Amino acid sequence: MTVMSYLGAIGAAQREAMDADERVIIIGEDVEANVYGTTGGGKSRSDKGDFLQRYGKNRIRNTPISEEGIVGAAAGAAMTGLRPIVDLSYSSFLYMAMDQFVNQVAKNRYMFGGQASMPVVFRSAMFYGLNTGAHHSDRPYPMFMNVPGLKIIAPATPSDAKGLLRSAVDSDDPILSFEACLLWSAKEDVDENEFWIPLGVARTAREGTDVTVVAISSSVPEAVAAAEELAQEGVSVEVIDPRTLVPLDRDAILRSVAKTGRLVVAEPAHRTCGAAAEISALVAEEIFDSLKAPIIRVTAPDMQIPFSPSLEKQMYPTKATIAAAIRRVVDLPALQPVAAAV
Amino acid sequence: MAELAHDTLREMQLRMLRIRAFDERASKMVKRGHIPGTVHTSIGQEAQVVGATMALGAGDYMSGNHRSHGHPIGKGSPLGPLMAELAGKATGVCKGKGGSLHLADFAVGSLGESGIVGSSIPIANGAALSSKVLNNGKVALAFFGDGAANQGVLYESMNMAGVWDLPMIFLCENNQYALSTPAHTVTSGVISQRAAGFGMPGIRVEEGQDVLAVYDAVSEAVARARAGDGPTLVEVMTYRYNEHSEGLRLGTDYRDAGEREAWLKKDPIILFRHYLASQGFSDDELDGLQATALAEVDAAVAFSDASPYPDLSVAFDDLYTDKESAA
Repeated sequence: MTVMSYLGAIGAAQREAMDADERVIIIGEDVEANVYGTTGGGKSRSDKGDFLQRYGKNRIRNTPISEEGIVGAAAGAAMTGLRPIVDLSYSSFLYMAMDQFVNQVAKNRYMFGGQASMPVVFRSAMFYGLNTGAHHSDRPYPMFMNVPGLKIIAPATPSDAKGLLRSAVDSDDPILSFEACLLWSAKEDVDENEFWIPLGVARTAREGTDVTVVAISSSVPEAVAAAEELAQEGVSVEVIDPRTLVPLDRDAILRSVAKTGRLVVAEPAHRTCGAAAEISALVAEEIFDSLKAPIIRVTAPDMQIPFSPSLEKQMYPTKATIAAAIRRVVDLPALQPVAAAV
Repeated sequence: MAELAHDTLREMQLRMLRIRAFDERASKMVKRGHIPGTVHTSIGQEAQVVGATMALGAGDYMSGNHRSHGHPIGKGSPLGPLMAELAGKATGVCKGKGGSLHLADFAVGSLGESGIVGSSIPIANGAALSSKVLNNGKVALAFFGDGAANQGVLYESMNMAGVWDLPMIFLCENNQYALSTPAHTVTSGVISQRAAGFGMPGIRVEEGQDVLAVYDAVSEAVARARAGDGPTLVEVMTYRYNEHSEGLRLGTDYRDAGEREAWLKKDPIILFRHYLASQGFSDDELDGLQATALAEVDAAVAFSDASPYPDLSVAFDDLYTDKESAA
């Protein structure tokens, strides 16, 4: 085991994938200069492990700022023998390529009767919580959950980032990886050997018996912190991180809620038609009789992300808002007025 | 002009006749309800389709658009599974999942049609990127119309192909109308001249009803691509005889008076028949090609008619590689 950051783990997975298979290439804006730290070994070009030096310009390609053209070309390349990893930098930039994602990437295997294979990974960073304003702060994964044909991962830990990305690169289905910048510097012991975490398998971040919190992306560490706080008051909270949103590990969620009888779902995306809404509906449809309290969603409200730090920090689930939701489902008195975002 | 063998010339005419016969039959089948939905025919554009597809090698790639039955046929795809696809049958080339708007036959390098105008251009560009990275000598060609020439993704793709020297041909089928809208009313300048802005050759084939003129221009672009000299934009001037899609009844008000009649006089199949006769093809041989094409289409329809519709049990097949991921 080696201590790795979230970004370092992504870099390690990309290096392993590039070493393992010559058909893997990395294209995207600024990948040659390792601007985001996932295509190199260190801070400078001369540091050991620089991808451009290691793999050459044929397999590490800077692209123009042309998201629609990049995503479509990656799809075409995937259909004809390559296994591209596309670095789209910010998740908000995915909208520029919406036609290619929805009409080509997601549909080609199906509408061509299985002739097309689509082994391509689209990585992007959700740059929320860092005062970058409304154009850089999006958490758009629920929109893409509504597009059949795509698979979606949202790792919340360095180990998951490494293991899920390896599985994503090896998959013949198109995969979108949503990586929260708030997690970039998270560190933990990660296996420096190759390993693969299968898609569609949730992780139990913390075991408990009274309440299930299903948390996504940067809401996972907040949920774990809230669970630890509630443990002091005798409430046993189980935290489930789906890790993969499509396909969703329905069984793990249902199993946990059947055990605890209470569900809080926390995610940084907007409330309407979010992953939390889908998970809540799943539980209500399948195991309504197991529920001892109403399901509570803790999400971002349906509004733009404001720039000012004093406004933005209220927008996403926090330890405090998740803890407040847990208190409600176990009938504990609120410690303070519940924030608007709950 | 390249000296072409008798068999190549014969094959050109046969493929144009196949496309004509296939689309004429498809048009009738739509009107009789034997093909669900609608189709967009390439009738009148056969020279442009066959000149381009025959300039490609067997292993080369291409992507199409909504008016794309002719593209796989021109590339050598068998007619039966194409017709069965139009009819929504299980034996269709896409197992009945795609239909007229989404024909694809990967066996001949046809990476698929797109019902979204311009959307398949970057797919071919990506195939060209594959060829470049894998260094396998293949080239890729994107078919698109004068309408798609005003989509931004074309220019994103041309820029990427240019800067990466991709083995790519951008082939604009300028049939002069985007549905009812005359191209000149929505298009600034000349499409082929836009290539200059990307540092690539731009060629306009004015005699786009002459299959050999198209073949020569595209062959030159293919040779450039294969030699590693990068992409080319080829604009072919042509004309669609039918409505945008079968079943539309717009009349001819949007076309200039006498325009269609003038184009009919330079019909690509008739023009090429005259040329072949001048090259020593006998009337018997030329009539035989016509009969062959019609018989192939008859056989394709019979194949389709005899084929079952897909069973509901396969509806989710090919959504993902694994069945479990389909909710």
